[in-house]
Amino acid sequence: MHLMYFTEEPMSAYPEDEGRKFGYTALLFPNKFFDPVAGSRLYEERMIEYQLAEEVGFDGIMLNEHHNAPFCMQAKCNIMASILAAITKRVKIVLLGNPLPIAENPVRLAEELAMIDMISKGRLVSGFVRGGGVESLATNTNPAYNRERFEEAHDIVIKTWTVPGPWRWEGRHYQLRVVNPWVLPLQKPHPRVWIPGVASKETILWAAQHRYPYIALNTSIEDSKAIWKTYDEEAEKSGYKGGPEQRGYLIRCHVQEDEEKALKNARQFMWMMGEFTGLQHPVWAAPSGYLGPWARRALAEVRVGRRKLRAAFGPFEDQLQRMLIIAGTPDQVVAKLRIIMEETRPGIMAFWGNDGKVTHEDSQTCIKLLGGEVLPRVREIAKSLGLNSPFDSNTPVSLSETPSSQLTAAAD
Amino acid sequence: MTPAESFVELAGAKIEMLKAGTGRPLLVLHHDIGNPGWLPFYDDLARDFTVHVPSHPGFGKSERLDWMRTVRDMAIFYNWFIEHLGLESLVTVGLGFGGWIAAEMGMMCHHDSSRLVLAGAMGIQPSKGEILDQFLISTIDYVKAGFLDEKNYVDLYTAEPTVDQLEQWEINREMTSRIAFKPYMFDQTMPYLIRGLSTPTLIVWGRDDRVVPLACGEQYRDAIPKARLEILAGCGHSIEVEKPAELARLVRDFAGRA
Repeated sequence: MHLMYFTEEPMSAYPEDEGRKFGYTALLFPNKFFDPVAGSRLYEERMIEYQLAEEVGFDGIMLNEHHNAPFCMQAKCNIMASILAAITKRVKIVLLGNPLPIAENPVRLAEELAMIDMISKGRLVSGFVRGGGVESLATNTNPAYNRERFEEAHDIVIKTWTVPGPWRWEGRHYQLRVVNPWVLPLQKPHPRVWIPGVASKETILWAAQHRYPYIALNTSIEDSKAIWKTYDEEAEKSGYKGGPEQRGYLIRCHVQEDEEKALKNARQFMWMMGEFTGLQHPVWAAPSGYLGPWARRALAEVRVGRRKLRAAFGPFEDQLQRMLIIAGTPDQVVAKLRIIMEETRPGIMAFWGNDGKVTHEDSQTCIKLLGGEVLPRVREIAKSLGLNSPFDSNTPVSLSETPSSQLTAAAD
Repeated sequence: MTPAESFVELAGAKIEMLKAGTGRPLLVLHHDIGNPGWLPFYDDLARDFTVHVPSHPGFGKSERLDWMRTVRDMAIFYNWFIEHLGLESLVTVGLGFGGWIAAEMGMMCHHDSSRLVLAGAMGIQPSKGEILDQFLISTIDYVKAGFLDEKNYVDLYTAEPTVDQLEQWEINREMTSRIAFKPYMFDQTMPYLIRGLSTPTLIVWGRDDRVVPLACGEQYRDAIPKARLEILAGCGHSIEVEKPAELARLVRDFAGRA
C-alpha cells in the first residue's frame, strides 16, 4: 500500500463573500482579491506540513495544479515538486498532475520532470491530467483539441525519456526540430505515470490501455466500483489483469483527538461549496469540444442553466454518510477507511487531510494523528486484504514496458 | 417560398444546402451560430437571385472535416465548392463569421464579375474595441448579443429555445473553436492581404453591433480598393434578421439583377 498526503493548497485568505457575490470562483473572478502576503505565509505553512507528513510516515506527497482560482495556489506543480525534492528525503513526489494539453512544449516539461527526478534521487511519480476547462481558457489553449494534445504531449514526454536523441517530432499539435535534452530521469525505464480523474470514461480506458494506475478523485464507493469494472475490462483486453496496483483513491479525511473538533474542521471541505473545483461556471468548466460528442446535448443545457454541470457532492451530512468525507478520531476514521478498502481494493491511497481555513496548528495535528495512528492500521488492513502498490509488486511502469511473456492475451 | 434541401458531397463531407429562387447565383455564408433555417431575408433575395445557403462543414447538418484548422481552410473549401457547383458571376453575402470566410475567398480568387457583401464581418482585428468572446459566455447570451432588439431573437428562436437548438449551437461552437480559437476571430495577415481584393465589395454594418465593432467595417472599407460602407441605424450584428428588407435592398442595388 502506498499512502500519500494531499491538500489543494487553497488561497483561503480571500474574501469569500466576494466570491459568492461574483457567483464564480474561477477564471474571471478578479485577482485583486488575491493576497500575496497571506499567500507567502500559506506556502510556508504547506512546506512545513509536507515535511511533517514525511516525518510521521507518509510514503508520498501528492501535488496538483490549477489556474485562476482560489481553491488551489499551485500555478505550476513542478515548482512545489522541485522544492520538495530538496527539502524532503524519503517521500515520493507524486504529481497528479501536470496538465499536458496546456504545455506549449512537452520537451520542456520532460526536462523539468527529469530534473526533479534526479534532484530527488528518483522519487518522482509523474502523473498527467487534461486540466479543467478553466486551465484551457486561462492559458488560451484550444479546448477542442484538449484530448489530442494530451495524447500527443504524453507520447513526446515518454519518447523524450526513453529514446536517445537527437530526433525530430513533426506532429499534429507539436513540432520539435531537435529533441535531445541534456537532462534525463534517474528512474529507468522512466518515472511512474499515474492518471487521476473523476470518472471520464475515455481517460479510464486510456489509463488502462497504458497500464497506468488510475487515481479516482474522491468518488463514491459505487462510482469507484464502476470505474474499476471499466478499467479491469480494458486491462483484460490489453493482456493483463487489473488489480490494486492499478487502483488509486483520494479521500477527504480529517482527524483530530475529539470528534467534535474533527467535524468542525471537516466542514472546511465545504469551503468551496462542497465542489472541489469551487463555484463552477457552466461555460468555462467544460468548454465546447472539451468533452466528447456524448456530452454535447447535456452540456448544451448546462450552458444555459437548465441542468447542473454534474451531480454536486451534496450537503456535508450526506457526504459524511456516503463516506465522501471522513472525519473524527483515529478509531472512527479507520473503521470507515476499512470499509472503503474492502469494497474498492486500492493499492494507492491519498489522504486529503486539510482544506479551506483549517489552521496551520490543526493541520499539523491532523497530519501527526494520521501518521501516528491511522496509517499503521491502514497498512495492516492493506496487508490482510492483499492491497499492494505498484512499488510493492514492482509492477512494470507501463504496458509498453511490460515483457510480452507477462501479457496473458498476447493474441499473436 | 420553400427551399429545396439537398446535400452536396465534397472533400469527403456531405454539406447541407438550402436553395431557392431564380436569377444570378447568390451564396450566403452564415454566422458562427449557424443558419437558423430559411429566413425572410433569403426569400426577399430569392425574388431576384438563385439563393444558395450551405451550412459550413461542422455546422448544422453538414459533416465536420477534422483536418480543417483555420478559417482560411474553410475559404479554400468554399472556393472549391462554388467551382464544383459551377456558380459564375456569383454574389457572395457573408454574415459575421461568414463574412470573414467570404473575405478570405475573395482574396485568393479574383473574379471581376463577382460581387462581395460583407455584413458585420469578422476576420480583422479591430483598431478600437474587441470582438465579443463567445467562449466566455453561454450560447444563449452570445446569440442574444447579436440582436439590438431582443424581440427579434425571441421571434426567431422563441423565448425558450429547444434542446435540439441548444445542441446545434453547441456543435457549431465546437467547430468555431476548432478553426477560430486563437487569435480570436481575426487573422493577423488580413489587413495586408485584403488590400489585394479586387472584387467590388459592399460592406454593411449595424450601428449597434455588439459582437464586431464598427471599427472593423471602417478598416475593411479603407483597405479594400473597390469598397463602400453602409451603416444601418437601429440594427445589431444580425443584420439579416433585424433589417432584412434594407439589407436585401442594398444587395440588390449593389449586385444588380444580371
